[in-house]
Amino acid sequence: MIAIHKLCKAFDNKAVLRDFSCTMEDGCVTALMAPSGAGKTTLLRMLMGLETADSGEISGLSGRRISAVFQEDRLLENMNPVDNIRLTAPKLDRAVILREMAAMGLTDCENQPARELSGGMRRRVAILRALLCGADVIFLDEPFKGLDEATKALVVAETKRLCAGKTVLLVTHEEKEAAMMGAKQVVRMEMDVKNTSV
Amino acid sequence: MKKRNLSLWAVLFWLLVWQAGSMALHSDILLVSPLRVLQTLLALIQTTRFWSSLLGSMGRILGGFLLAAALGTLLAALAASFKRVEELLAPLVLAMKTVPVASFIILALIWFGSRNLSVFIALVMVFPVMYTNVLSGIRARDDSLLEMARVFKIPALRRIRCIDLPQVMPYFRAGCTLGLGLCWKAGVAAEVIGMPVPSIGERLQQAKVYLDTPELFAWTLVIVLMSVGFEKLFMAALGALERRLTRL
Repeated sequence: MIAIHKLCKAFDNKAVLRDFSCTMEDGCVTALMAPSGAGKTTLLRMLMGLETADSGEISGLSGRRISAVFQEDRLLENMNPVDNIRLTAPKLDRAVILREMAAMGLTDCENQPARELSGGMRRRVAILRALLCGADVIFLDEPFKGLDEATKALVVAETKRLCAGKTVLLVTHEEKEAAMMGAKQVVRMEMDVKNTSV
Repeated sequence: MKKRNLSLWAVLFWLLVWQAGSMALHSDILLVSPLRVLQTLLALIQTTRFWSSLLGSMGRILGGFLLAAALGTLLAALAASFKRVEELLAPLVLAMKTVPVASFIILALIWFGSRNLSVFIALVMVFPVMYTNVLSGIRARDDSLLEMARVFKIPALRRIRCIDLPQVMPYFRAGCTLGLGLCWKAGVAAEVIGMPVPSIGERLQQAKVYLDTPELFAWTLVIVLMSVGFEKLFMAALGALERRLTRL
């Protein structure tokens, strides 16, 4: 279990997170829902080790392999989708990558550099990179943003399948996405940075 | 398709201007004709002294360039990682950028003699260019990609090959292009003053003493061809190396 206890973070004396606590059960999806500006990204950055908390603690992450889908795709523009995925999973067989790409509706683009892909295609590559690298904790920061409804349904279903048995934190604004991903727990962050779990 | 900087018609136009100028002046000492330069060059390349001078200068000048490129890159990487290294090197780099090359040449003559003068001068001229360019390239890397590498715990060597190198290489290439032009100019200038034997600079100096303008122009043409040719070769080799290194 990943436990966040009384986490505080401020930038330039402005509190972004104050005494935030929650737990994430292992092996299942936890959805984190909050209005914009509530500190979701800051929380994720602390969980990913990119920011340090002013006070409070995070436990249950040490020694575990993590991966993430960031709000931005963060792909290597000169590399094709297969190499972008292999960057984090070099031992992964090309055939497996191509199969998973096809399952996400990414066909005939395996040799195209990322800079030539559409926004939706780039998003799916970023999702696959996070899901195929063998991580056991996965942070998904609004991963389905920008996908049309039909593609989203396909991508959510594939993401859910590939996340099975893994500890996932899904940041989303949509209840429907949390439900489609089979979230067992929904953590709601309010603007006054107090949490309520449902 | 890459746009060419040189058009054949423009080159021909200036050659014609040159030819017309030399015909008008009618003096090989003042302005030799392009045809005569070509004849002199063809005669020169048949001598062993030409090749020993060419190879002597090439070895020293390009040795200095390669040393500067390696040292500049290494120290830029250190300076990007450690603020103190950058602070320590800042006065040195500033001095190298601002001190006139003639002062360096005279100092180097006193310190080392003429034999390895052009190695030192090429190094001193190219080092600040490479150092500054590579440091700028390292600083301009996309932070979001570095964060991604950190989150995914991508091993350092793979990160350098796939994330750092493609972002720093344009800066390194620009430094090399500038540095290769500089090292030939400064290196030959140093040889003219120091006259190491055998060298292009020594031959230029002798051409000056004997007012042998055709040979002066012929050697100048050789320097231009060497500079341009080596730049093309070096950049092609660099491109191939980059493709090989960044391949997963």
